[in-house]
Amino acid sequence: MEKNNIDIKLTQEILSLDICSAFVGADDVGGIVSFVGTVRNQTKGKSVLKLDFEAYEPMAISEMRKIGEQVLLKFEIKKIAIHHRTGTLKVGEVPVIITASSAHRKAAFEACQFAIDTLKETVPIWKKEIFEDGEIWVSATP
Amino acid sequence: MKVKLLSFGITKEMVGGFEKNMELPSGTSVESFLEILKKEFPALKKLTSLRVAVNEEYVEGSHEIMERDEIVLVPPVSGG
Repeated sequence: MEKNNIDIKLTQEILSLDICSAFVGADDVGGIVSFVGTVRNQTKGKSVLKLDFEAYEPMAISEMRKIGEQVLLKFEIKKIAIHHRTGTLKVGEVPVIITASSAHRKAAFEACQFAIDTLKETVPIWKKEIFEDGEIWVSATP
Repeated sequence: MKVKLLSFGITKEMVGGFEKNMELPSGTSVESFLEILKKEFPALKKLTSLRVAVNEEYVEGSHEIMERDEIVLVPPVSGG
């Protein structure tokens, strides 16, 4: 597997769908699929003001890279970009972009779904939801 | 033996700080380490799940901790 088919980024800067699409593009690609995660304005009826993302950076990067490697083995895709943001994000901002390219669309759809589902299980990144009247680490306690 | 404990997310609040230097009996497994920690910081028992990473890799309970390891508490992750 060629390492240069995977682009991993963990950053405090604004993420760019254009950069992800440009990375995965190639002449033998027939389709590009992206998953763009956005900060939602409410959780269980409570208004969310903002989210704070924190990462164990070296391991988050290596776990994201493992997902990229798994995706390349599992699906007929050409390239994948997995970009995640840390720090404080407001409603509507983008904490994650996953973009995959393939010769035929099905593989790229499946790869994006698998990658975001796995990221949410394995990558050591945590978010705290901040409401008007308090804050909570997401999924931490029952 | 000396080890370094890093705590992220809610565990940072539960153990009262991001980084702690700890002294453990040599040959301590991850499972026994968690028992020690939960006795000292009972709030950890409230977590939905608690995984442990050693030197940037997830490890099982039977994994033996070594001198100077970097041990990381991984409460339920919530990226994306």
